[in-house]
Amino acid sequence: MRAVIAEDSVLLRVGLVRVLETAGFEVVAEVGDAEALLAAVEEHRPDLTVCDVRMPPGFTDEGVRAALAIRSRWPDLAVLLLSQYVEERYAADLLSGNTSGVGYLLKQRVADVAEFIEVLHRVAAGGTALDPQVVAQLLTRRHSDPLDRLTAREREVLASMAEGRSNAGIAEQLVVSESAVAKHINSILAKLDLPKADADHRRVLAVLRFLGVG
Amino acid sequence: MHITTALRPLLRPFENTGRSVAFLVAGGLVQLAPLLVLALPWLPGGPTEVLSVLLAVFVPLGVLIGATPLLTAVQRARFRGRLGVDIPRPFAVEGASRRERALQWLRSEPAWRQVAYHLVAGPLIALAGVITLLVWAVSIAAFGIYLWMWVVPFPYRPDVLGTATQAAYVTAAGLAGIYGSAWLSNALARLDTRAAMTRLGPSRAEQLARRVEEVTESRAGMVDAADAERRRIERDLHDGAQQRLVSMAVNLGLAKVTLTDLPDDARKVIDEAHREAKEAITELGNLVRGLHPAVLEDRGLDAALSGIAERTPIPVRVRVDLQSRPSAAIEAVAYFVVSEALANVVKHAQASRADVAVERFGGILLVVVSDDGVGGADPSGGTGLAGLAKRVASVDGTFSVSSPVGGPTVVTVELPCAL
Repeated sequence: MRAVIAEDSVLLRVGLVRVLETAGFEVVAEVGDAEALLAAVEEHRPDLTVCDVRMPPGFTDEGVRAALAIRSRWPDLAVLLLSQYVEERYAADLLSGNTSGVGYLLKQRVADVAEFIEVLHRVAAGGTALDPQVVAQLLTRRHSDPLDRLTAREREVLASMAEGRSNAGIAEQLVVSESAVAKHINSILAKLDLPKADADHRRVLAVLRFLGVG
Repeated sequence: MHITTALRPLLRPFENTGRSVAFLVAGGLVQLAPLLVLALPWLPGGPTEVLSVLLAVFVPLGVLIGATPLLTAVQRARFRGRLGVDIPRPFAVEGASRRERALQWLRSEPAWRQVAYHLVAGPLIALAGVITLLVWAVSIAAFGIYLWMWVVPFPYRPDVLGTATQAAYVTAAGLAGIYGSAWLSNALARLDTRAAMTRLGPSRAEQLARRVEEVTESRAGMVDAADAERRRIERDLHDGAQQRLVSMAVNLGLAKVTLTDLPDDARKVIDEAHREAKEAITELGNLVRGLHPAVLEDRGLDAALSGIAERTPIPVRVRVDLQSRPSAAIEAVAYFVVSEALANVVKHAQASRADVAVERFGGILLVVVSDDGVGGADPSGGTGLAGLAKRVASVDGTFSVSSPVGGPTVVTVELPCAL
């Protein structure tokens, strides 16, 4: 699998290249700003783009805007955004279109190399990955809406779903059986009044509602 | 002892006399002009009819009022040139056109204080000055009576000069007159300076107003400077130490993942180093957030306050309703108010939940932090609340805490949106 990295800090870029190579990616381009990123993606069409949010010249949200541009031009390219701090709107922006192959993590998670590699593979394979802190912040912001009907356990399950975990992953994280997870998910889907559709799609809808974008 | 050293105490009253006399002479000449203008219509015999009397009074008066700025400038130059005293300028009047400025000036209080100086205080002092100069002349003449007696031959001498004994008294009186007029000249110069300071310079109220303006401006500058400094440190830490730590933690993480055939001891060391590197990142992150959170600068209050809410162990509802962003310094104060207030809630209030509301009413940013805890918070007791109050006061905000025993506690802060 081929990857492009956009990160303006040279030190971190070197680290990222090593991690991606360890994870089995071929890093075809490493750039330091959003414009170069778009050019590199245009040229290489990588399977995965790892991109810093805060980049030159403005050091604000260049990375998010570049990621959105990439997603709208090449919807199949997976994008993993790395941010210095939690900004839920970035996550909402990213997820408002197509939720497959998207990730949003705090930068420091790169240091948890094993978990980060897992996220890289998940996002590259079309999955979703949200930083637990983003999810936690979203939880504190959502009040008096259908989410209030969920039990504490169901909220935990939904938060894990939003992070992009599978049923097995959720079961492992919450130390419960997979069938218990499935039961919780069914209950969540019912309580959120989601339209009838296939299970995977409803899952995505539940997460979107959770994030306040659906 | 040298003769000049012995004479010095005797000459002391004359130290500034030359300056004062020159000053009084110049003053008399300058003050004479307004008097002359006022007197001019009356010189050839004077007007007799009512209308011409009125004209003779009001036309010169009008001319003098019109010439007041010029007269003031001349006086200011006299004080600077003769005494080295700078009379501060009163506030300049504002107005779009020349006419408007002139009308504005006529309505202003300093204008009439200046007119009062030129028409009343100035002439009186000039009159006193003329008398003093006369006293000087007479005293010097009296002091030199023996000289007169010697120069002027006896038959032509006026009788008043009298005999040699009487002449001794006259000499003594002349000496006293010289000392007296020296003192008088200095005193008059001082009096004139005071009169000019209060009549031609800005009034006490104006000076205080100007001072308050300066102090307010410099304080705003300091608040901004402190804020900019915090941001600079934040950026330096973020670009320097933080990146290095993350890079180090990544490398250690890589070592953990790739070096699988290490002995247990080495593994343990790497694990430990990895964990500590990650803790250092977290600690540095907290420190940087305490200085000036990057999210506040980039994304504004809503995002930054949501971050605080998320890190607070109890549920916090955040509602930020702002159309546009307040100035950076105000945002920082609002952020730290909420941060500190929520820290207090967690520490003392035993609350189950808290609410944060930020709204804008015109030029006022209203920040309210409330909880459902036990209340009884005392702003004078803890350093946290007192520190908050100070920080709010530094930007001219108001800070109030309502915390009856039994709760709830409501912290209300009003901040001006721009400094």
